[in-house]
Amino acid sequence: MNANQAVLASPSASVLQSSTPGVATTGRMPVMGPFDVERIRADFPILQLRIDGKPLVYLDNAASSQMPQPVIDRLVRYQTSEHANINRAVHTLSEIATSEYEAARRKLQRFIHAREEREVIFTSGTTDAINLVMHGYGRRFIKAGDEIILTTLEHHSNIVPWQMLAEEKDARIRVVPVNDAGELLIGEYEKLFNERTKFVGVMHVSNALGTVNPVKEMIAFAHARGVPVLVDGAQAAPHMRVDVQDLDCDFYAFSGHKLCGPTGIGVLYGKAALLEKMQPFKGGGDMILSVTFEKTTYNTIPHKFEAGTPPIAAAIGLGAAVDYLSAIGMEAITAHEHKLLNYATEQMKSMPGVRIIGTAPNKAAVLSFTVDGVHPHDVGTLLNEEGVAVRTGHHCAQPVMQRFGVPATSRASFAFYNSMAEVDALIAGLRGVQKVFA
Amino acid sequence: MADYKALYQEVILDHNKKPRNYGTLEHASHHAVGHNPLCGDHISVALNLDRECIECIAFQGESCAICKASASMMTAAVKGKTRVDAETLIQEFLAMATGKLDLDSPNQIGRLAVFAGVRDLPTRVKCAILPWHTLHAAFNSVASTSTEAEQDPMHSPIGNA
Repeated sequence: MNANQAVLASPSASVLQSSTPGVATTGRMPVMGPFDVERIRADFPILQLRIDGKPLVYLDNAASSQMPQPVIDRLVRYQTSEHANINRAVHTLSEIATSEYEAARRKLQRFIHAREEREVIFTSGTTDAINLVMHGYGRRFIKAGDEIILTTLEHHSNIVPWQMLAEEKDARIRVVPVNDAGELLIGEYEKLFNERTKFVGVMHVSNALGTVNPVKEMIAFAHARGVPVLVDGAQAAPHMRVDVQDLDCDFYAFSGHKLCGPTGIGVLYGKAALLEKMQPFKGGGDMILSVTFEKTTYNTIPHKFEAGTPPIAAAIGLGAAVDYLSAIGMEAITAHEHKLLNYATEQMKSMPGVRIIGTAPNKAAVLSFTVDGVHPHDVGTLLNEEGVAVRTGHHCAQPVMQRFGVPATSRASFAFYNSMAEVDALIAGLRGVQKVFA
Repeated sequence: MADYKALYQEVILDHNKKPRNYGTLEHASHHAVGHNPLCGDHISVALNLDRECIECIAFQGESCAICKASASMMTAAVKGKTRVDAETLIQEFLAMATGKLDLDSPNQIGRLAVFAGVRDLPTRVKCAILPWHTLHAAFNSVASTSTEAEQDPMHSPIGNA
């Protein structure tokens, strides 16, 4: 069936017809031309908020980013004029919803430069995507005595599923150590390989320290030994251009809500040949071709891995989010965030009693730090009083905290909509914290 | 909205900087370690009961200012008290931290009222409670306790450790 024809004939046709392909037209258009942070900030309604009378300075972007008006508008448009279940009915709304959902898949495919759209599986987030690989690939192909290589930097979501698998299969986890700057020791990584090595899981960018890991080189080394690699891209996709074909990763996982999209949606990219060999993760509707009580035939990829009704609105919202980011340009985003990171790093370095945790030369927009004599939670509560939102705690990366001998850190994480003035607010807030605890 | 800074009052900052009864006891009759797994903080409480009376008490640990000051002021408050009176104070402190205590009604809270502000900071309530929860565990010969899961004092009443 031709979903586009159905769209044109539908009551919402006028809305849909007027839209530029891939870009929501209701609300502000994404910024084009030179990077202008003030124009970008105007797209984010939440940034106008005041916290306890102070302007919000949102520096917890590594936990979750904020949503621009075009994405909010896209969600509203979907719910007001396009919603029905997908892949089910012949009626107009179902055809529109299906067509928009699949259009979102193509947008994500372009965003990460995947070869084929069927290599893009919608999941509920990064955690769900990694668990899918653990169940679909790990449980089928990892055997007793096999070894899985992970790194000290991993988020708990790229540790715990593999521990569960190792326990079930009697496999073994090997861990790549890091140096004092927070960089992976690649020589040690290479030494961990042997004939029992069957899988590698590594994060692209550290959520706790900001280190950008040399995943392309690590993947090439693993592939030379026939070992597939999963990259946790949750902290990379929001900050840099991702090209899964150039990386040559076997799996790449990331979340929508860190990418200016909604919560409850994420992506697993997988090479088609691998996805086809894998067993389904969840059983249910949509992931089958035929069901009898004697035998069920699974659907083709990506549908084999999308059991049940997916978060349709969230997927379409994420599609609008990557359109928004692409219109600004990932290179421009990276450049602006580097300016913010470098400025904040220089400012913090000049403050006695402030220690930056994670000093790799190649970092994304994450700044973890401790303040002498002040617990991170006290730092967080006092900064909040100034309207500055940072994350405090172990950042779901307890092995990293252990490695650096701290129970927790405070973490400022930047997005492209943050300004230099907000870095100043953070630094002023930290001076205030030191004054209270002087 | 709450004035968050009110929480970091002089008395709390002072107890954080110069905690009272900080250290270990050689021959403790009761002791326990309390963990807050959400932030990695932990605090140990040791005491000597002499005929149901707290003869001496000490604490140690890694924690934020709220937790450390709470522990310091707790040890000062319960030293010399009977176990029963200390248990009453534990209940009152927990009630205060969770906004359930009427500070105008008769109570033993006294200077501990400086912690009343945590009731407006849900993420910090457990910081203030941890030492008291740990003291209760020590009284009941529970060697290790936690602010989470089954031992969460917010879900299972602290009196039923």
